[in-house]
Amino acid sequence: MSFRQASVLPGFGLTFGFTTFFLSTMVLLPLAALVLAASSMHWSDFVHVVFSARALGSYRLSFGASFLAASINLVFGFIIAWTLVRYEFPGRKLIDALIDMPFALPTAVSGIALTTVFAQSGWIGRYLEPLGIKVAYTWLGVTLALTLISMPFTVRAVQPALLEVQRDLEDAAETLGAGRFYVFRRIILPTVLPALLTGFTLSFARAVGEYGSVIFIAGNLPMKTEITPLLIVIHLEQFDYHGAAALGLVMLVMSFTVLFAINLLQAWGRRRHLQAASS
Amino acid sequence: MSAAPARVLPADAARPGQHTWLNSIVRWLFITVSLTFLAAVLLAPLATVFAMALAHGVKAYARVFADPDTTAAIRLTLITAAVVVPVNTVFGLAAAWAIAKFEFRGKSILVTLIDLPLAISPVIAGMLFVLLFGLQGWFGVWLQEHDVSIIFALPGIILATMFVTFPYVARELIPLMQQLGNDEEEAAITLGAGGWLTFFRVTLPKVRWGLVYGMVLCNARAMGEFGAVSVVSGHIRGLTNTMPLHIEILYNEYNFVGAFAVASLLTLLAVLTLGVKTLVERTGYRGH
Repeated sequence: MSFRQASVLPGFGLTFGFTTFFLSTMVLLPLAALVLAASSMHWSDFVHVVFSARALGSYRLSFGASFLAASINLVFGFIIAWTLVRYEFPGRKLIDALIDMPFALPTAVSGIALTTVFAQSGWIGRYLEPLGIKVAYTWLGVTLALTLISMPFTVRAVQPALLEVQRDLEDAAETLGAGRFYVFRRIILPTVLPALLTGFTLSFARAVGEYGSVIFIAGNLPMKTEITPLLIVIHLEQFDYHGAAALGLVMLVMSFTVLFAINLLQAWGRRRHLQAASS
Repeated sequence: MSAAPARVLPADAARPGQHTWLNSIVRWLFITVSLTFLAAVLLAPLATVFAMALAHGVKAYARVFADPDTTAAIRLTLITAAVVVPVNTVFGLAAAWAIAKFEFRGKSILVTLIDLPLAISPVIAGMLFVLLFGLQGWFGVWLQEHDVSIIFALPGIILATMFVTFPYVARELIPLMQQLGNDEEEAAITLGAGGWLTFFRVTLPKVRWGLVYGMVLCNARAMGEFGAVSVVSGHIRGLTNTMPLHIEILYNEYNFVGAFAVASLLTLLAVLTLGVKTLVERTGYRGH
């Protein structure tokens, strides 16, 4: 088998060549620099940086808050997607367009805006303060910022899946005496489960790497409210390039593991879909 | 960014059993929860941007943009976007042509690699270029000897932004071109049109809305990028400060009117971006 199938269309050499060249210089070469910088460290130095108490504290916050944010989005993302797909109400189209706002809004803007709203004197923060809930400058604030910036992933993943739920199946089940919850558990949930999981992983992956919106609301205390990307920036500002590269490598490996998981999930979702269609 | 077709199934309203009291309660509950959640995490912050920017009146708001540091930041952001968006557009078109028009081995790997920057933290993206071009980096000594500055200067900002926005146009075009197929292009070539003529007269008109959408998204991210640019910029006021970085400086100086005034411009840009997206979807182009 040859490298590519024959085609009457021209331009393969030019476009393929340019694509791979640009990809290599813009993305692959820089990534190689990172791997090399981290691997040129002595093993004990690497372990020292990557497993320092401060680094471990930052992983706990970054991965913990991201997991929490993705979980919150799993619930609210599903509710929002369901509302947008199944109900007609005034302003639905506007809300649907607004869902993508966190993608379009620069992270620094979301960061300062959220901090202002949830600070002690802010529009929402002032009502939480008497309840003893502090959001700004705590891990709660970190989770909130991550929830906002990763929210569209779940909604946009679940919306098309919900449209595919076969309504006749729901009707049939109800006619046969199934309760609403049973219908949800046995018909709706299985159809949207792959989409929910994809949305969850995408949200999580985006949240782990987030920097701009978090640093304003986090307070940035070492061990308490310091995320891993911030720790990398601190290493860089001290010109400790190797330490920064080591932490960067840890995050990259984690992100790629998540990405790999997404691909597996999507393959699983497609298989389920095909099975459902053929049965 | 996949856009779901925004519609309620038409059959829903007329379905039997849709008007039971339980359904009404669930419906009311879902809409309330959705709107409350969005109001708290999305609408309140958006409104705050403008409320804070205009807290001391329109004059104070206008004064922010008379500050030379602010205008320098706006100029730098515009220059960066003016370089990054066209380059990534050319790349996106080339990548989409190669991937959508031809079958070759390793295609899925190529597609995955193009998406790679989306999975990388912006801070790491910036760091990559510091590791290459910074003083201790691969090319650091050579660059210093030849008096070329990349890190803490405009080229570094452009490179970091280009990395972060790298996949945006390609991601919109590849599925669109695959979905539209090659029939018209093959007909044009068979009838004797050249490759470039076919591209400009057949392919480009077919995919123009997807292209516009990809470029608008790419532009929004390029103008708003914070983490990656923050690492390579050095935060030199008036020189290497983009709009998002300028927001940070003003905010940390407790100049809230200034910070939110600059933020309000970027918020308007985001609203504009979503407006274009909605328009593009209405023209019939459907996202993947």
